[in-house]
Amino acid sequence: MKRRDFLKACTICGVGATLGVSKKASGASFEGYPERMGVLVDLTRCVGCRSCEAACNREQQLPAPKASFDDQSVFGKKRRPTEWAYTVVNRYETEREGGPVYRKIQCNHCNEPACLTSCLVNAYTKTNEGAVIYNPKVCIGCRACMVACPFNVPAYSYSSAFNPVVKKCIFCYDTRLKNGKPPACVEICPQEVLSFGYLNDLIKIGHERIREMPDKYVDHIYGEKEVGGTGWLYLSGAPFDQVGFDTTIGNEPIISNVKEFLGIIPMVLVIWPALFTGFHLLSTRNQSHSHHGDPHSDQEVAKP
Amino acid sequence: MNAVTHWLIGGVLLMALTTASADSRAKNMPDSINLDSMEHLYEKVNFNHAGHIRLIKDCAVCHHHTTGTLVEDTNCVRCHNNSGATAVVTCKGCHSAQPFSAETIRKNRSNLKAYHNDKLGLKGAYHQNCTGCHVKNGGPTGCQDCHPRKKEGDAFYNAGEQAPKAQEKGKSRGNQ
Repeated sequence: MKRRDFLKACTICGVGATLGVSKKASGASFEGYPERMGVLVDLTRCVGCRSCEAACNREQQLPAPKASFDDQSVFGKKRRPTEWAYTVVNRYETEREGGPVYRKIQCNHCNEPACLTSCLVNAYTKTNEGAVIYNPKVCIGCRACMVACPFNVPAYSYSSAFNPVVKKCIFCYDTRLKNGKPPACVEICPQEVLSFGYLNDLIKIGHERIREMPDKYVDHIYGEKEVGGTGWLYLSGAPFDQVGFDTTIGNEPIISNVKEFLGIIPMVLVIWPALFTGFHLLSTRNQSHSHHGDPHSDQEVAKP
Repeated sequence: MNAVTHWLIGGVLLMALTTASADSRAKNMPDSINLDSMEHLYEKVNFNHAGHIRLIKDCAVCHHHTTGTLVEDTNCVRCHNNSGATAVVTCKGCHSAQPFSAETIRKNRSNLKAYHNDKLGLKGAYHQNCTGCHVKNGGPTGCQDCHPRKKEGDAFYNAGEQAPKAQEKGKSRGNQ
């Protein structure tokens, strides 16, 4: 192949790759599985009994807790899910009357999960039912998902010296969701803080509650739009930023911020090496026998 | 027969029916009700129906729009201002014991235009109705004031005798 042809081919390949990538990156946003389930959490109903924590512990066969689930002293500090507790309830004092607000935290099961996007080994799956599950056998414990998650949800089994993996709520997928049953926390909740159903229905129900009782609720469903929408939605009587929600995360799925970058990776890793190796080979072709210190080149020079 | 006679007969029949149903309701009215859906964790709650009737006197506080009282809730009034009392009186007649089972969800979904898709389940209805009133009127509000736990319940909540021991606490895991 002539040098000119090679360069031409490279240019065409490069342009093609770039176009292909940019086309993918600007593609329409994923609307989500139509039959996905969700949970609507109504913070105005929660009394902080921690039954959901106990139910999760039992259902997921987690080790016995450090303190009883009756122990209210845990509300002294703000907790986040751990490898031993996939859901925790926190207490917030707000400017609103009517006592403290309790908020249950667990994986929100995003429509476009950042954990899934960030996972190097494809351990994560977003199921048709809406659960974001993961395969611990594949997990290499890199913790990229912990960094990627906008809600700080995935926990890590730091206690395991040899096989630490990520741990988080899986919507009771294995034992309940895939059989059409609500997760354990929903079933135990005495106050019906948690409503389980089709996500699209829950969004309607949430708006209806706000419409019926505009004085009771903030006019917003947290999770309807945040980071591209989540499977777990929250209604609150107190402003969301006062009860531990990050109201600055925006409505763009996390993947939108990294999609273009991720699209470049194949080009950088596959096309560039080939391209630049080609350049290098071409530019050094004529000098290939004239390296300094090469005994053959000395001989060649000496010959005539 | 003219139209007036028709109306008269109809009216008399209607009155007779209403009286009869009211009577039968009174006859079937239980003095106490066993709430045992959480029997695997808690002792049965023996709800003293007669006692609450003596105390509150107004059936409509719990039996909204069922026992002859008109609809009072402002949201319900929008459509049911002129609706009569419904035939169903029991709580579980409207509030499903399994509000999130696949079957209930399917049923709710079959008519998406229905307004009553967001009806509380039985457990939620009890707790919200009872606790709300108890808080206002000084009734018992602690969980175990109404339903003491069984041994299984203590195990479930890691409470009582099954609470984690202090020694274990010392060598236990980090923050939880």
